[in-house]
Amino acid sequence: MLVWREDLDATNPGTLNTLPLFELHQAAKARFGGFAGWNMPLTYPLGVMKEHLHTREKAGLFDISHMKLILVTGPQAAAALARACPLAPEAIAIRASKYTFLLNENAGIDDDLIVTRLGETRYMVVANAGNAEQDAEKLAAVAADFDAKVEPLDRVLIALQGPKAEAALTAAGLDLSSLTFMHGVEPRENWFASRSGYTGEDGFEVAMPVDEAKDFVEKLLAHEDVEWIGLAARDSLRLEAGLCLHGNDITPSTNPVEANLMWAIPKSLRETGTFIGADALRAAITAGPKRLRVGLKPEGRQPVRNGTVLTDADSKIVGEVTSGGFGPSVNHPIAMGYVEADLAQIGTTVYADVRGNKIPLAVHPLPFSQHRYRKG
Amino acid sequence: MATTYYTEDHEWLRVEGGIATVGITDYAQEQLGDLVFVELPEVGRTISKGDATVVVESVKAASDVYAPVDGEIVEVNQALSSEPALVNSAPAGDGWLWKMKLADESQLEGLLDEAGYNALIG
Repeated sequence: MLVWREDLDATNPGTLNTLPLFELHQAAKARFGGFAGWNMPLTYPLGVMKEHLHTREKAGLFDISHMKLILVTGPQAAAALARACPLAPEAIAIRASKYTFLLNENAGIDDDLIVTRLGETRYMVVANAGNAEQDAEKLAAVAADFDAKVEPLDRVLIALQGPKAEAALTAAGLDLSSLTFMHGVEPRENWFASRSGYTGEDGFEVAMPVDEAKDFVEKLLAHEDVEWIGLAARDSLRLEAGLCLHGNDITPSTNPVEANLMWAIPKSLRETGTFIGADALRAAITAGPKRLRVGLKPEGRQPVRNGTVLTDADSKIVGEVTSGGFGPSVNHPIAMGYVEADLAQIGTTVYADVRGNKIPLAVHPLPFSQHRYRKG
Repeated sequence: MATTYYTEDHEWLRVEGGIATVGITDYAQEQLGDLVFVELPEVGRTISKGDATVVVESVKAASDVYAPVDGEIVEVNQALSSEPALVNSAPAGDGWLWKMKLADESQLEGLLDEAGYNALIG
């Protein structure tokens, strides 16, 4: 037993990007590891289990500065985004946020994004760390055909998640209590804040200029209900919440139909949209999915990890686990993966071979742990 | 009188009367994080030094615990089936993993003592 065999990238730390607030994490005695090209805090001394539960009970503070903000502005900003994403940007109310994708020509998911409309011709895109550069390049390439400007921003991005998040943010001088879930604003010059997150809890994501970040984060940490939470608990929280990790659960070779994410694509666009990948998506809708993303609950206590092959009772291969671990709040192993479409009904049993143990897994509704968003 | 040995793989062995109790060190449990599952071997299995004998699973990942010496498993810590977190809370005590009958006590000479292990982990 030697090293912690990371599920995360085993990249050489010397080549990884450093978070602007690295020293704060170091002072908080974080354990670091590579993820998507960044040296990230994985856990703090509290430990993944307590960090996870603390977020559900109080307020968890996450440094997610590995993710990227991209500002899209200009008279044709909406038209550019409508070409880049299966999205109706002109129909988004000002301050509202939408979950969407960058699709490739095969309708595979190159990335998943949150787009917030901040003004008539002003949109903020939040992209995943590993894909941020390609996303910015792709948006810029699309925008070149329009009167629109694409501007990646250097910001510290934090998430404050949990039932005490609103109070803690207010105590730190940022009152966002008027926002409801999936809405965002620019509360200060060069700041961006939205009521959103990736834990299933009520919460906020706040971006700020690097030179203002340390003071603000220290104010948050001074609140008795706020603790730093690492990437390990971020992963168990999002998996309990049934949310996809790009690169695992959705990839450039999975489309939104089989990923069961068609709710994110407006109905009218499915027929008439001219976004990149629209034709392939229409073909995928017509053909129907061969496989579907589902929640999976392993029987017993043994976790079933990412990459494990799934079979039916006759040992025929019927799918694969794409995320798997343990859910501290639900107190049992949890997983997500793809199974053949006719096995996707809730309650169907599939099997995994884990080191010689045949473990039954039940197709389970997502999320495992109920969302507690503030819908207003 | 029991003697405690350590390995470079962060295991401890407490040896008394030809039987070694084996567990992982406090340093190791801290590196692994909160354990949620421990896969125990069968009693009676013969193991050789370096064999993957126990799998400990944290929230995020699974790791192997290797046999530190040759021998036969005579007992496993059944309490870990319902309470794997004992390895975190009492790694050198109630969180032991298995007991083995040593096949060759001379193998113990190659292991570390407490001072040697502490020097290793710094």
